[in-house]
Amino acid sequence: MSMPDRLTITIDGVPLSVAPGTTVAAAVMIAGKFCRNSVTGERRGPLCGMGICFECRMSINGLPHSRTCQVLCENGMEVRTDA
Amino acid sequence: MPSRSQPFDVLVVGGGPAGIAAAVSAASRGVTVGLLDDNLTVGGQIWRGEEKNATRPESRDWFEKLRSSNVQLIAQARVFQQPMPGMLLADTPAEVVELQYANLVLATGARERFLPFPGWTLPNVMGAGGLQALVKSGLPIAGKSVVVAGTGPLLLAVARYLRKQGAEIRLIAEQASRRKLIRFAANLLHQPGKLAQALELGRYLRAVRFAPNSWPMAAQGKDELESVTLSVDGSPETIACDYLACGFHLVPNTELASLLGCELKHGYVSVDETQATSIGSVFCAGEPTGIGGVELALIEGQIAGLAASKQRLPARLLRDRDKLKRFVVLLDETFQLRTELRSLGQPENIVCRCEDVPLAQVRRYTSWRAAKLHTRCGMGPCQGRICGPATEFLFKWRPDSVRPPIFPTGLEALATTPGQYQIVTGGEQ
Amino acid sequence: MSTSTYDVLIVGAGIVGAACADACAREGMRVAVVDGDIVGGGTTAAGMGHIVVMDDSEAQFALTRYSQRLWQELRPELPDDVEYEQCGTIWVSADEEQMSEVRRKQAYYTSRGVPVQILDPSDLERLEPNLRKGMAGGLLVPEDGVLYPPCAARFLLERAQSRGVRTFIGRPVVRMGNGMVRLIDGEQFSAGVLVNAAGSLAPALTPGTDVKKRKGHLVITDRYPGFLRHQLVELGYLKSAHSLTSDSVAFNVQPRRTGQILIGSSRQYGADHKEVDTEIMVRMLRRAEEYMPGLAKLSAIRTWTGFRAATPDKVPLIGPWPEDKTLFLATGHEGLGITTSLGTARLLVDQIVGREPEIAAEPYLPSRVGKEHVHA
Repeated sequence: MSMPDRLTITIDGVPLSVAPGTTVAAAVMIAGKFCRNSVTGERRGPLCGMGICFECRMSINGLPHSRTCQVLCENGMEVRTDA
Repeated sequence: MPSRSQPFDVLVVGGGPAGIAAAVSAASRGVTVGLLDDNLTVGGQIWRGEEKNATRPESRDWFEKLRSSNVQLIAQARVFQQPMPGMLLADTPAEVVELQYANLVLATGARERFLPFPGWTLPNVMGAGGLQALVKSGLPIAGKSVVVAGTGPLLLAVARYLRKQGAEIRLIAEQASRRKLIRFAANLLHQPGKLAQALELGRYLRAVRFAPNSWPMAAQGKDELESVTLSVDGSPETIACDYLACGFHLVPNTELASLLGCELKHGYVSVDETQATSIGSVFCAGEPTGIGGVELALIEGQIAGLAASKQRLPARLLRDRDKLKRFVVLLDETFQLRTELRSLGQPENIVCRCEDVPLAQVRRYTSWRAAKLHTRCGMGPCQGRICGPATEFLFKWRPDSVRPPIFPTGLEALATTPGQYQIVTGGEQ
Repeated sequence: MSTSTYDVLIVGAGIVGAACADACAREGMRVAVVDGDIVGGGTTAAGMGHIVVMDDSEAQFALTRYSQRLWQELRPELPDDVEYEQCGTIWVSADEEQMSEVRRKQAYYTSRGVPVQILDPSDLERLEPNLRKGMAGGLLVPEDGVLYPPCAARFLLERAQSRGVRTFIGRPVVRMGNGMVRLIDGEQFSAGVLVNAAGSLAPALTPGTDVKKRKGHLVITDRYPGFLRHQLVELGYLKSAHSLTSDSVAFNVQPRRTGQILIGSSRQYGADHKEVDTEIMVRMLRRAEEYMPGLAKLSAIRTWTGFRAATPDKVPLIGPWPEDKTLFLATGHEGLGITTSLGTARLLVDQIVGREPEIAAEPYLPSRVGKEHVHA
């Protein structure tokens, strides 16, 4: 089976097309969104890029607190920011 | 279907250069070797993406050796606990995996040190390695402007990489002094083979604005980064940019070593000349024993892998390590954080990003533990990995003891007794 | 007595010591508090922080009820970081046999003026949708609550300090008795009254105090607001707390204001090391998952252990130590230290000044514990 040229995920319900090999964190940045609100309401995006800081955490297919910088986009994935 | 029979003769945790070198060196006829990494592909941080797309001969060689070896690769596996000696539990996306071993090599690498300053929590302010990692995982950077700041050889490596991907590097701000950097460069030249690297570096630096004696003072922007104000060789300067890649050198990942009871000294894992830690049959190689760079990590990894598999240690390797060990001291001295950086953070700036605890609150306490208990600093999912090194630099606080899980782990994983997992062992191939 | 530096010297800056300092300060006494570690850093930091009434004995009920009232009075003054929440407790009944226990409790509490409500399975589902289906029902105690103990201890101590109480933190005590306390560095303090509020370390300072360490484990999750609304306890909790010899676990979870879920509980006798016992922790988590299967999907951030100070009759020691006229004990609170800290402080102060306490002091007197003491 050949590798697809692009994948489509949805971020907060909005579809986004990405190249295979793109992580969810990168995809959210491509979409111009931020990953989460901090506990005092500050907007946050990825910091460490290596699965340690948790600033990139979002909900993937209903599972909250996922470290999205270490998850590859897959077709049909549903990502929710600030969740 | 993996066999339940025997444990790995050698299990290596961490798939960066040190881990790859250890695994490859350990793997010989009859020795079963496993290599564990929490990322999607091996390579760790510095060789991220090199497996598919080698940009230098040494990574290409080692990946080739890895591919042709009988090392069993276990990717996307994050160790969180040791339920009993000789066994580790790792969390993978699908399930919990129980790994038994006779000998263990810890090659858990390092992470960047972050320091608080005004605006450091804005989106698009990232670590230097952090931005590089994001770009390697699909973030487009062509045509974007980047300021690289902080300290350490990583800054140059990141700036080079980003520029190759089409980014505009507006400034590389290195806090070390000119004098220290010149001494560092001179020392590099003593290494054979380094001359070519130094020349290439010199060529590169003529194309990019590089300022020693410089550090970030504030990041500005409404919803995300728009500009950075830096102290550039003594004068304030504000530069508009899309990204700030800022990291203050490296901090060793010693949590697993601590969990296993290995002795640490000055925050690094103590090892003897065979890279053995204070715990029998547990070895450690690479940055957790001292931040020394890729070449040293490769040598230490080889020594650890050979020692863990009870093979002869070639004198040449030991000599090479001795020669390269001075890099640990050199790096440490050159990129030592200057005292001015202690005043970057303002009282209202957040130091603990997980719990949004400002410096003013944390400052009232005299120990990490007291600050944690009373302000929640360090109680978030990063388990103090980001704010810990910052407060250690700012207040000289030592971190407290390590308990499982050493990474946030699903309760289901935490709640299952050993013996009930998918057992991954070094049985027959 | 004229050479005394202080009127009262309290050893222990945990929740009990801090509450005692606060209460003594209000009487205008000259008070000092000494602790070898950090404020609220011992068992206080390890505990679940619940404010509950318990019916294991009349003595336990009287003290918990009295204390709970005091916490409710104090509540408006508590700062945000104490995270006081009156979330209530639901005692969960898994089967019909336990329902009769629910009814017994309901009668007990109702006759003593504690508002409670029997819940049927549909009530349970409505109030706590993440509880496993098929429970028989439960008992809701709406006036129970939770708070964050280290900050509560700090609040009480700071309030005491604002009334002139001196604190010596990070200075371990090596000897206390006969009106004198000696620190590890040789410094000495004297006081008319000494209070041993050192929790599980009390016997080291007052040999013969029958307090034993009872290790407990806790696990806290990441933030999941709304997953849990009340403190939940299985009815078997008291059986676990009862056992004097064997290791046991019992389902007990608590919502924190952050949305994190605190999961307990375990009890071990004779375990002296602070490390997490994997086997016990696993048993505790599996017990919790039996009651709340959804817990399995949550992420755990941290685990820790603590040592409760346990007495043989499960009632704390509050009052004068028979062998030393200057010494009072305020220890042995097992799993109810946070709840009963305020009541303990009042009882203690009343006894020090010679005033009639608001609840009978006899059940808690150290002198109740038989004539033979264990000599070192």
